[in-house]
Amino acid sequence: MTKAKKLSLKQNYTMLTKGLDWEPSYQKKEDIFPQLSFEGIKIHNWDNWEDPFRLTIDAYWKYQGEKEKKLYAIIDAFQQNNGQFNVTDARYIQALKIFINAVVGLEYSAWRGFTRLGRELGDASPRIATQMQAIDEMRHATTQTHAISHYNRFFEGMGNAPYQYDHAWYLSIPKSFFDDACSAGPFEFIVAISFAFEYVLTNLVFMPWMSGAAYNGDMSTVSFGFSAQSDEARHMTLGLEVIKFLLEQDPDNVAIVQKWIDKWFWRAYRVLSLVATMMDYMLPKRVMSWDEAWTIYYEENGGALFADLARYGIKPPRNAEVTIKEKGRLSHEMWSIFYANRDVVGFPLWLPSQEEMAWFSEKYPDTFDKYYRPRFEYWQELEDLGTPYTNSTLPQLCQVCQWPCLFTEADDPTEFVHRETEFDGEIFHFCSDGCHQIFEDEPKKYIQAWLPVHQIYMGNCLLPDADPSSPDFNPMAEAIRYMGIKPGVDGGLFKDHSDAKNWEKWTERPANIHQGASTDFVRKTSSQNSK
Amino acid sequence: MPIKSIRPDYRGEYKDGIEHFNGQQLLNICWEKHTMLGWPMCVPVPATLTFGQLIDNVLPGIYAIHPDFEKIDWDKVQWSTSKGPLIPNRNKSLREHELRHKAQIRFRTPELNGHNNGG
Repeated sequence: MTKAKKLSLKQNYTMLTKGLDWEPSYQKKEDIFPQLSFEGIKIHNWDNWEDPFRLTIDAYWKYQGEKEKKLYAIIDAFQQNNGQFNVTDARYIQALKIFINAVVGLEYSAWRGFTRLGRELGDASPRIATQMQAIDEMRHATTQTHAISHYNRFFEGMGNAPYQYDHAWYLSIPKSFFDDACSAGPFEFIVAISFAFEYVLTNLVFMPWMSGAAYNGDMSTVSFGFSAQSDEARHMTLGLEVIKFLLEQDPDNVAIVQKWIDKWFWRAYRVLSLVATMMDYMLPKRVMSWDEAWTIYYEENGGALFADLARYGIKPPRNAEVTIKEKGRLSHEMWSIFYANRDVVGFPLWLPSQEEMAWFSEKYPDTFDKYYRPRFEYWQELEDLGTPYTNSTLPQLCQVCQWPCLFTEADDPTEFVHRETEFDGEIFHFCSDGCHQIFEDEPKKYIQAWLPVHQIYMGNCLLPDADPSSPDFNPMAEAIRYMGIKPGVDGGLFKDHSDAKNWEKWTERPANIHQGASTDFVRKTSSQNSK
Repeated sequence: MPIKSIRPDYRGEYKDGIEHFNGQQLLNICWEKHTMLGWPMCVPVPATLTFGQLIDNVLPGIYAIHPDFEKIDWDKVQWSTSKGPLIPNRNKSLREHELRHKAQIRFRTPELNGHNNGG
């Protein structure tokens, strides 16, 4: 028996793509790929698609298998060594709740989106590339779930991520982002996710966030972060290839692509406000401020990218200046609204300590002391008096990004943004020019938004066992229960939360390293130690 | 272009029509300059609510916790909508002020700009 000669990587890849493809003979191509024309993108020659990686199935499985082995070995070791108690303090764990409840759902949605591209794109090579990415996204959702599920054995608020992603009011922000992309055409989806999100902005999630996890002792999160990071490098390269391919195919594509870059840069930026909040307020040991991260990862890196794309006629995203003007206030505005609404979110809130406020004063010299320190000091006084500041009214939401309309004017942090329009005789509100412009381009898409505040007022957010006719019916508590948040358990003040109390009981260390211990478990231990 | 869709006749279902709100309408309210709590809030109210009832019964439920609220001189408050300044009549209803479903009203308290200048 003669042994077949091993194929070269290039031959192998060509056989996997062109070799397995065929020219249809009894169906028209446009009937097989019906989604390729309605967006107005013109592709003259799919052969010009250059897959930057030429990944074959056996190579892909081998690389990913090795990464999985390493990752799960670390997660095992983390679990056996009770690594969940080696993180800085129990506030860090609250940030993981946003990760498991928001980011995992995004990864899963990315899997859905790329799976569709693996079916719909017009050539075997990009179909293979997007299928591989789809599998990556599923792998990320899975490994993130496995890494964080260990924390779920010890802490509240992480046990029902897919349900919360689909129901919780503030998770409609990331969910609506990806639903918007998945319900767009295939070219818009790939520009939105591969380019605007992955290429332009994903470093903002992975670099500061994963170094923050490392700095706070969370080796489990760091490991899946780095395991995913090597996939991200491939995704980013795909994003750049997509843009160049579309722009080189036809000059008419430039305006369409520019519109999508403008839209999806803004959509992604609004979602990343959550990351700003996590970086500045939820990491007990901070790596860099949101202001610094935005300067490096968007203004400097993004600036170089758009200078490079200028030769195609592509301009930096519309409203990029607004993101730069907002960077000194974004996380502070966010944390304020989360704190005021802490009884209806899935994680407990705290006020920044003196040490943290000193750090903010240094990192945000133009804004923090002037606009935000006074309110945090006032709120601290109220907490100390036992009458903490709480908002009890639901906010007006942006029709597009679904954030509460909490943002202030780019040139004046004391004036709220008001943008509204009418369509078909109905009124719609927006948080920004960016979201308003997106609506005006496709109003018939965004009038469909499932806005949690409105749904609550319609009475649609009730579990089957809720009884609105009962005398002790509490509509807000019922709405929270519907959203997968346990009233009185998941939100509230951090110092009163079971995670903080259990942390001190189990570790005999303060749940908040800046405030000192709040239970006797630590006080007892520290006084014994001092004897 | 109202939408890019595969089917030319596609249109999404508008979910927030007034008929879904059990006889009430939505009203959005913003207390300008009060960034600590004044972001636009959304409340369901009857269209027959008078402006006096709005000030006396609805606004305290939203804003009473803010230390500036009790200092407001309601005769000096400046009201506006997206269409410009609004001079309200305490005895007239939202409907008579043409504040329809999902309209937004804003009020400015010129001498009060937030507790300790913190919004």
